[in-house]
Amino acid sequence: MIFLKRQLPIIIAFVAGIMMWIRYYIPSEVSTNLEDGYLEWVRIIVGFAAILGILSLLQHHMLKIRMKRPGFAFSYVTIAAFALMMFAGFAPFNFPGFAEKNMETGSLFNWLYEFTFIPMQATMFSVLAFFIASAAFRAFRARSMEATLLLVAAIIMMVGRVPIGDLISNATPTFMMFGNEYHFIDFEEWTGWLLNVPNAAAKRGILLGVYLSQIAISIRIIFGIERTYMGGGD
Amino acid sequence: MIPVGEVIGTWIAVGLTLMMFSFIYKDNPAFKFGEHLYLGISVGYYVNIQYWSTIYPLVFQQMQQNHNYWVLIPTLLGIFILLRIIPSLSWLSRMSFALYIGGFAGYSLPLIVHSLLLPQLSQTLQPYGGGVGPVINQIIILLAVFSTLIYFFFSLEHRKTVGVISRVGIVFIMVSFGASFGYTVMARISLLIGRFQFIIDSFRGQ
Repeated sequence: MIFLKRQLPIIIAFVAGIMMWIRYYIPSEVSTNLEDGYLEWVRIIVGFAAILGILSLLQHHMLKIRMKRPGFAFSYVTIAAFALMMFAGFAPFNFPGFAEKNMETGSLFNWLYEFTFIPMQATMFSVLAFFIASAAFRAFRARSMEATLLLVAAIIMMVGRVPIGDLISNATPTFMMFGNEYHFIDFEEWTGWLLNVPNAAAKRGILLGVYLSQIAISIRIIFGIERTYMGGGD
Repeated sequence: MIPVGEVIGTWIAVGLTLMMFSFIYKDNPAFKFGEHLYLGISVGYYVNIQYWSTIYPLVFQQMQQNHNYWVLIPTLLGIFILLRIIPSLSWLSRMSFALYIGGFAGYSLPLIVHSLLLPQLSQTLQPYGGGVGPVINQIIILLAVFSTLIYFFFSLEHRKTVGVISRVGIVFIMVSFGASFGYTVMARISLLIGRFQFIIDSFRGQ
């Protein structure tokens, strides 16, 4: 039993990892089929993993209702909305007034997606603008050199992406440098420079570290040194 | 003539939008209702997407139309993942995770090196040229990448020269975070304007 519980997963990870690693260096039909087959299998496994997450969420809301925890009535809303979407998506017939069934355009599912999911998602993200503004108010009190840099970069980015930025830039006098004409204040130019030079470079530095870590962690997983994916217990 | 479904749908969409906006004032039952409705709708939506775009074509259609029964293996591994909710059988999910994580580690190793790591390095170490401006930019990029890497290099104590380089690194990191922050704020503001526009247009019947 110990073999099945502890050693077999490590062997599976090792064999799968080595096979997928080596197939990159052997370009052939077998390698392509292996890659396609593996990616298809992964899509199926991930599909079930998503269902596990959903089961866990429903379990949480069921428990909330059973224990009558504060705000448990709203859990009924979540479960009812989930059931409605499931019914709309899986029912094998057209609902009255809808020309199509399942997920087709013109189905009840599509109508619910268009008139409930999309507006709520867009509003949820747009509401974040207020919270970002309030977070900015606290973060942007330039108490240190780092905070000042963050403040200046953010202000240039924000002003540079709205029409008033262009108006300010065009109102300032110009000068010649290296044969080109520049405005003393040019938010559009500064925004582009900020994004393409210091921002891209710092991100590149961070990403290089991430890639090196990914390589290290991949090797550790394949050779069974990293086993956290097995979870706790026996 | 606008279809009735669209009119009703627009009114519902406006109502839900206002419900979600009510959170700006304070947390309230209308927002809580909208929040929980959004949760249920989105979870139901993703289950449908997973089923109709993955499980149905890759499992059921494969077996029914192509008589490909190999797909039963990943299906079984998928069911093993679901067994995590039964404590005595949860260890079976390790097989699925081992195949997924182990295989993906091997799959991504050469891809990370060839498609991500080396192109980023080659972009950083390009030959200088193209005039004074581009050369200055290339020097700044090289300095920023190096100093950022040093900032995240914890095997050496950040004192003396390493400390100075790491301070330069934090300067670039803060500028980068500021730029990303400004960019995100503007994206959110743009969404906010879109929602207000939707409400105004709906009331004006456009």
